[in-house]
Amino acid sequence: MSTLEIRDLHASVGNKKILHGVNLKISSGEVHAVMGPNGAGKSTLSAVVLGRKGYSISSGSVLLDGVEMLGLPTWQRAVAGLHLVLQYPTEVPGVMLNDVLSEALKGRGRDGDIARLDTLLKTEAGRIHFDEKFLDRPLNVDLSGGEKKRNETLQLSILKPLFVILDELDSGLDVDALRDCARRVMDATEQDGLGALVITHYSRVLAELRPSKIHILVKGRIVETGGPELADVLERDGYAAFTPEESVEDASTSDPMGLNLFP
Amino acid sequence: MPVLTPDAALSLGATWSQVRQSAHERATAASFPTTDEEIWRYSRIGELDLATFTVAETPTSITGLSDAVTVTQVSASAVAFDAAFADLFSETTSSDLFNSLNLAHMDVIVISVACGVVASEPIIVTHTLNGEGNIYFPRLVIDAAENSEVTVVERFISNDGVRSLVVPVLDARAAQSARVRYLAINELGDKAWQIGEHHSQGHRDSDTLLATVALGGDYARVSTAARLLGQGSNTRQVALYFAGGTQMHDFRTLQEHAAPRTTSDLLFKGAVQDTAKSVYTGLIKIHKNAKGSVAYQTNRNLTLSHGAWAESVPNLEIETNDVKCSHASTVGPIDEDQLFYLESRGVNPDVAQRLVVLGFFDEVLAQLPVGNLATSLRQQVANKLSIGVGA
Repeated sequence: MSTLEIRDLHASVGNKKILHGVNLKISSGEVHAVMGPNGAGKSTLSAVVLGRKGYSISSGSVLLDGVEMLGLPTWQRAVAGLHLVLQYPTEVPGVMLNDVLSEALKGRGRDGDIARLDTLLKTEAGRIHFDEKFLDRPLNVDLSGGEKKRNETLQLSILKPLFVILDELDSGLDVDALRDCARRVMDATEQDGLGALVITHYSRVLAELRPSKIHILVKGRIVETGGPELADVLERDGYAAFTPEESVEDASTSDPMGLNLFP
Repeated sequence: MPVLTPDAALSLGATWSQVRQSAHERATAASFPTTDEEIWRYSRIGELDLATFTVAETPTSITGLSDAVTVTQVSASAVAFDAAFADLFSETTSSDLFNSLNLAHMDVIVISVACGVVASEPIIVTHTLNGEGNIYFPRLVIDAAENSEVTVVERFISNDGVRSLVVPVLDARAAQSARVRYLAINELGDKAWQIGEHHSQGHRDSDTLLATVALGGDYARVSTAARLLGQGSNTRQVALYFAGGTQMHDFRTLQEHAAPRTTSDLLFKGAVQDTAKSVYTGLIKIHKNAKGSVAYQTNRNLTLSHGAWAESVPNLEIETNDVKCSHASTVGPIDEDQLFYLESRGVNPDVAQRLVVLGFFDEVLAQLPVGNLATSLRQQVANKLSIGVGA
């Protein structure tokens, strides 16, 4: 049983503070959702956990089984067991999927899987209806939105991390692709004990990825944590119900007549 | 003293020595280039002292010969002029110093393919240039007759530490519907200089490819000019160049459309590491009569070290409206998003950078005319990359 714990995480981009002390803990086999409106800091959270450049962290911890991840380079966090499924997977011209996975598996000392990588890729591609012809393409080049997310899910299923952050999995995804990808993630949580942190704006994805806990992230803070029923509240009332009071006051004082002078 | 054009020389019962003499006079009259001239801007021409070199015969070997092609070698010491070659030199009245020097001292190889003949084997011409202080003047002429097809690879090789200069000229001619593919590979040592020219002429409905892979040399310059003279002709120019240490690679390109409905495409991709430099300047020139022409030009450069430098200058000169042209040029480090993506899979940064750089070049390698050479060239690029050595 592994745990990923985010403790009092404060992060900024340039001079703009985005995360104001995020706390969150997830264990193997669990699915948690982090939901929030635009600008809440959802993508920053995923970037900071994986160590993307361009963010400064003023305080806090990201602990994988008690081991501090902050300060480790991205690739070592990945080897340790963290994985990110990107909202918009990057095109890398000329770099082939199996070359990247071979190198990634090498870093994890999984020589056996390198030897049978072709078979693994075909099996996993079949499970999520990812056309085998795309296996010989440079990474994400000339793939549709749905194919890119299937490609991301394929990599996840081969690399078998302890925890995955799915950043807006449903962006650019048709219903079929969303179901294929989500089911593969759910299978991994049940069969391999994968822990999944689902970052999303919309509750649509939660019909397939069924979280046991939902965290509401607003203005860089988790303002509410609860069970799946929170999604229904959001669906009904929107994020306004979770907007911190001081910012409501801010809004009312800056625009007392509701004239929307400062949209 | 009358200027002897090759034609005039022929009518007088010309010899090679007269063709050379005329070129020698033009070379003597030509002024030495300076970086004030646009086509030599950014170059290292100021460091060159021709007086420190001795003219030497080019040591050349040729493989891949077959009945499909006729290959004639004429060394600089040959006197008898073969009248069959008269028209091959009728236009070489350039006043350019290096072109004239080449003509004056050239070791000529003429590869001819007869009408309708397809030479399926690539012909590999290898110059091994290991004479200290030598200057070499190879001239390769590819003469593809109507509807013929030929592929020629020209390799320039020397050992590290050998200070030599090679001034090669390629003259490729594709007659109507002919297909000519040419690849130059610079594997020169770290003290060698190269100042070369590639010229192609495409006649009606012909197809030409001028490809270059530059890995070696201290200063290596290639001017490549593809001229489309017949309507419906097509040409492609591609290059992979990768300079390290204190090397400099220097490319000047011309896509010249002088006939209607002609198409040209250019893809030059380069990388510089350590304190190496590279220059690309390219011109698309479309004449007034070249209506309905299409021209593309793309130059991309990766700067892999802080001390490395690359310049890219694309230019257009278009005299008619009825054309489709585009050009793109970039200079910059490896894309951070691409690196993050690979690293987030658990690939260490050195390996990730190697993968991205090799992937960057694969687009060019895939277009080289001899597929099995691409594999070894890719390996040479990988060996040269200083990123992640020992990783």
